[in-house]
Amino acid sequence: MSNALSTQDLVPGDHGTDEPPRASSWLKYTAMKAGGALISLIMVVLLGFFAFRILPGDPVRSLADGRRVSVEQMDILREQLGLNDPLLAQFWRYLTELFQGQLGYSYTYNEPVVNLIATRIGPTVLLTGTAAIISVVLGLWLGQRAAWRRGSLFDKTQTGLALVFWSVPTFWLGLLLLLLFGGGLQWFPTGGLVTAGTTETGLPLIWDVIRHMTLPVITMVAVVYAQYLMVMRASLLEEMTSDYLMTARAKGLREDEVRTKHAVPNALLPTVTLIFLTLGGLVGGAVTVETVFSWPGLGYLTFQALSAPDFPLLQGTFVVFSSIVILMNFFADLLYRVLDPRLRAA
Amino acid sequence: MSAPAAQGKRINVAAARRRQRAVEVWKEFASNRAGLTGLIILVFVIALAALIPLFAPPSVLDVTQVTSPQNDPPSLENPLGTDPAGRSVLALLIWGARISLVVGFAATLVSMLIGTVVGMAAGHFTGATQAVLMRIIDFFLVVPGLVLAIVLSSVIGPGVATIVVAIGVTSWAGTARLVRSQTLTVESRPYIERAWALGAGDGHVITKHVLPAVMPLVLANTTLTVGSAIIAESTLSFLGLGDPSSISWGAMLKSALDTGAATGGYWWYVMPPGLAIVVVVLCFTLVGRALESVINPTLRGR
Repeated sequence: MSNALSTQDLVPGDHGTDEPPRASSWLKYTAMKAGGALISLIMVVLLGFFAFRILPGDPVRSLADGRRVSVEQMDILREQLGLNDPLLAQFWRYLTELFQGQLGYSYTYNEPVVNLIATRIGPTVLLTGTAAIISVVLGLWLGQRAAWRRGSLFDKTQTGLALVFWSVPTFWLGLLLLLLFGGGLQWFPTGGLVTAGTTETGLPLIWDVIRHMTLPVITMVAVVYAQYLMVMRASLLEEMTSDYLMTARAKGLREDEVRTKHAVPNALLPTVTLIFLTLGGLVGGAVTVETVFSWPGLGYLTFQALSAPDFPLLQGTFVVFSSIVILMNFFADLLYRVLDPRLRAA
Repeated sequence: MSAPAAQGKRINVAAARRRQRAVEVWKEFASNRAGLTGLIILVFVIALAALIPLFAPPSVLDVTQVTSPQNDPPSLENPLGTDPAGRSVLALLIWGARISLVVGFAATLVSMLIGTVVGMAAGHFTGATQAVLMRIIDFFLVVPGLVLAIVLSSVIGPGVATIVVAIGVTSWAGTARLVRSQTLTVESRPYIERAWALGAGDGHVITKHVLPAVMPLVLANTTLTVGSAIIAESTLSFLGLGDPSSISWGAMLKSALDTGAATGGYWWYVMPPGLAIVVVVLCFTLVGRALESVINPTLRGR
């Protein structure tokens, strides 16, 4: 870690004299953020290894839990998993494998962890991506309207609803929807990505996936949009007393134009960072939503890994999940700079 | 001769000032109707959970001593019906409140302790210490908390203490960031400079000046964190990482999923635990927001 820190410390002194100041500060900014993301990635890799080796708890004991396994069999298992090797040797193997794109071998699936993750990542991106886009659009739109008409009935119902949804456990909302629309009314399938044994292709297949996605997406959106609404509302409220809005009105702009062309773009800036900061929470939501709806993604895989328990698989999902979130945050930092001209000039 | 008397008087003045401030804070808090309602409901729920052994002995939760049919819809005998083992859902619900609340409070305590200490240190110290602490805070802010909590609790092994540790260790970063910025604000004020000039050390400045200044903020944040800790507890229990023999709201919902109560239409087993979580978490949020606006007047009316 000290290594990586020094790169970050070097950056501020790295003033390129022959380069225009703007490019150099952009480089500095990107390098600083990249350094930060890199340190976080290294910490994930370290934590992914040491959490499973140093913390109290014996993986083989938990693996054998509830099964009749003799002491000799447990020893053989330890040998197979390489748990008898010195810690450093295990760590070296973990690192070299990681750089070869390997994350160990799942002992419940008898398959490399990487293969399992590769087949599950698509459905998770589809589900969380759709849910994220819908929640951002919905949350920001409702949030700016609520702020603009602060204290109105619309504002009160929207903030009230948002606070209630904020207090709802994701998985329970999923269970409720399952109870109502899956079990009771039977409008939507209760689980999976497609109907089991389907032979459809093309449009009918897409339609089938959409039907399976509806309930999980609604669940995620309901829980997530509320935070975006609150953030957007708060940050627009902060802009509303600004003088430039008075100027815009004095110019004779209509109230709608003042809002959409002047106030909202400025209020969006803090909101964007917060949206990306909540991505980790979205991933957490994926674990429970996918579990409730048996959605064959990374979240459901995490659940299966922890219920086995299958530690190499759990370690793999942890490393992959965390890396995705860290990289998304890095891109958010870069995007933020593009969006905020003040940072570019600085 | 007069020195002890003067000191005694000064303490009285300070105590009186503190009392007066407490009354002011209470008045401001009580004027927030949503916050007051939340507080009243919370006091009621906590009292109910504390007193339940007087009304329903633990034996009602014993699956070997049930008399009612399984998955029975609500009736006069069992106002909220029975679970798949034939136990009264109402009794489970109130007994479950104990674990959910205790874990919520305990995890929040862990989270606040780490957050306050790390946050003050990151704001107070400079140089390498600060750089390292900031990196650690950033890491815990970004990394998906639930996934890390799952890793921690499945490695340590299921149990109530495990869940407390897992939630506490993964949820402190937001508090640390808040405390750090407050520490920076406080330390830029002249009275801290005066303390330095009088020869105060790091320990004195942190415990005597910074800590009292960040405490109100931490307190308001605590109330908000209890709510999310209760949700986290229910989520981890739902995923099967809780103590299998103890009953909590999350554990009830887990058994609802496992026994197919949701797809089977047994709404009386799915609804109550979730509604209980929503009500309690909402109340904590309302109280927290009210406290926040008392402490930070610029937030008022948001």
